[in-house]
Amino acid sequence: MRQNNSVEFLKEKAIEVRTTILTMIHEAKSGHPGGSLSSADILAALYFDELNIRANDPKWEDRDRFVLSKGHACPVLYSCLALKEYFPYEEIHTLRKEGSILQGHPDMKRCPGIDISTGSLGQGLSVAVGMALAAKRDNKDYRVFCVVGDGESNEGQIWEAIETASKYELNNLVIILDQNRLQNDNICDVVMPSRDMVKKFEAFGCETLEIDGHKMEEITDAFDKIRDTKTNKPFAIVAHTTKGRGVSFMEDVVAWHGVAPNDEEYEIAIKEVKGGLVCK
Amino acid sequence: MQIRDGKPTREAYGKAMLELAANDSNIYVVDCDIGKSCKTVPFSQQFPNQHVNVGIAEQNALGVGAGLATTGKIPFVTTYAVFGSMRMLEQIRQEVCYPQLNVKIACSHGGFTPANDGASHQGIEDIGIFRTIPNMTIVAPADYESAFELVKAAAKYDGPVYLRFTRDAVPSIYKSDDKFEIGKAVELNKGSDVTIICTGDILSKGVLATQQLEKEGISVKLLDMHTVKPLDKEAVLKAIKETKAIVTVEDHNIINGLGSAVAEVVAETGGCKFKRIGIQDQFGESAPYEHLLAKNGITVENIVDTCKKML
Ligand SMILES: Cc1ncc(C[n+]2csc(CCOP(=O)(O)OP(=O)(O)O)c2C)c(N)n1
Ligand SMILES: [Mg+2]
Repeated sequence: MRQNNSVEFLKEKAIEVRTTILTMIHEAKSGHPGGSLSSADILAALYFDELNIRANDPKWEDRDRFVLSKGHACPVLYSCLALKEYFPYEEIHTLRKEGSILQGHPDMKRCPGIDISTGSLGQGLSVAVGMALAAKRDNKDYRVFCVVGDGESNEGQIWEAIETASKYELNNLVIILDQNRLQNDNICDVVMPSRDMVKKFEAFGCETLEIDGHKMEEITDAFDKIRDTKTNKPFAIVAHTTKGRGVSFMEDVVAWHGVAPNDEEYEIAIKEVKGGLVCK
Repeated sequence: MQIRDGKPTREAYGKAMLELAANDSNIYVVDCDIGKSCKTVPFSQQFPNQHVNVGIAEQNALGVGAGLATTGKIPFVTTYAVFGSMRMLEQIRQEVCYPQLNVKIACSHGGFTPANDGASHQGIEDIGIFRTIPNMTIVAPADYESAFELVKAAAKYDGPVYLRFTRDAVPSIYKSDDKFEIGKAVELNKGSDVTIICTGDILSKGVLATQQLEKEGISVKLLDMHTVKPLDKEAVLKAIKETKAIVTVEDHNIINGLGSAVAEVVAETGGCKFKRIGIQDQFGESAPYEHLLAKNGITVENIVDTCKKML
């Protein structure tokens, strides 16, 4: 691991991230739990170990950048930022409320720690490419991490961005595909089959890894490997995940893409999440 | 106020970018495989470290520009007006205007100036499109000299700017030491009977119409509204006060361009007599530039007639 954290510590953080996600969406009575929960372990690993960032100096020039290209999953990002104390934890109660720094989709002008405003799918990866390119041109060694959805990858612009990353040899860019196999209307295979994403990333010039996106050891191992790999290619991690992961009735259910749990559902969900993930 | 033979304003863009980059390593060009036509090839050769070419991928180009801007660079995303205002529009809204990033959208082929290319390449809706996006600034220089200065002004201006250039040569009106300020109209002639307000490549027609009218004893105030947004309202209000009528002229669709912007001020202030001259809500075709303009009444004669009829 980049810092001296244990996998156990990161698993604990992932639990806190999940409870925060559920609490903020429940209180807001709207938001996207499914895709937030599927990214929770990845973001916990990033924010509590891998990213070189300073919560007390969110705009630090040499920081690693993070782009949540699938911006609708911002509760997972807000939870990490709140737990890292980019802003007072109490702000989580203002999600989607008038005047809040926690807009329905990330707003870099309002919320400290957001490196780019997103929400319109397909666009964030291009911005991440621009950031990574700037690091190369300035001889800086910060890196850029970008989480992309599998439904989002229907967008042609995602592939334009990857081609650009390959052309400019952006080995300081790590693309993480949250492959939860579900999108808005239905499962991905029904809406738009994307075939073999590993092969696609490879064909587009990425050094590609494949992991279980809920096994903390696999996530941190992948980051270790990336740090140790000498290549001039951008990196892609295809993370196999489960939408709604951690809450039994949300797991793998299309309907939990963009609705909030009611009081009863929330209580059950919190209890389940506090028990941690059971991984086979 | 003398008209001379001029050059395409896209050439002024290419030249200004060289001067800017020589003095500031943060100046970037993001090209979409039309650097040759947008005159950024010398830039790419002289400043390869400040140049990016993403290929024919405009939406991505805009995003890469936004990413560069988050690190303090000043990227000029370069394409044609049609693609800059439409293919990458939603990206501009989401990643540049909403977060107010310092990205310039620099577009050649504004209006009917790519005359032979036909309708697919004639950007006649761009100003209207960008007028409706918050935080966007729209600049349409009239000639080579003002384009050169306005590109430099846009680089100094902190925030999104859309720059509209001409494919083909347009007459020169300004001298190379004239100064321009974004958001401030230039008064090229003082007058008390009628005001002609122009933007972009057709300013020379405004100049010729003014000279014709003055010969006939009509006193004309001529304004170059190079910045359509934010509109120089002061200048319009002064025109309402000082003259009896206003005519706007533009190489852009009649809907939501300069004429509409001025009309909003005229209507809301009780105004004066007012007429718009512009493209009659129809597509162009492959034809000489002057014919395309004439088919839409964008001629010196029509400007002169329109002014006279209102007095
Ligand atoms: C350009 C665009 N089109 C449509 C939407 C509406 N939308 C929000 S989330 C979503 C599905 C996203 O699926 P995926 O990328 O797989 O995200 P996840 O499953 O991780 O939630 C859609 C269609 C959008 N935000 N942006
Ligand atoms: Mg998905």
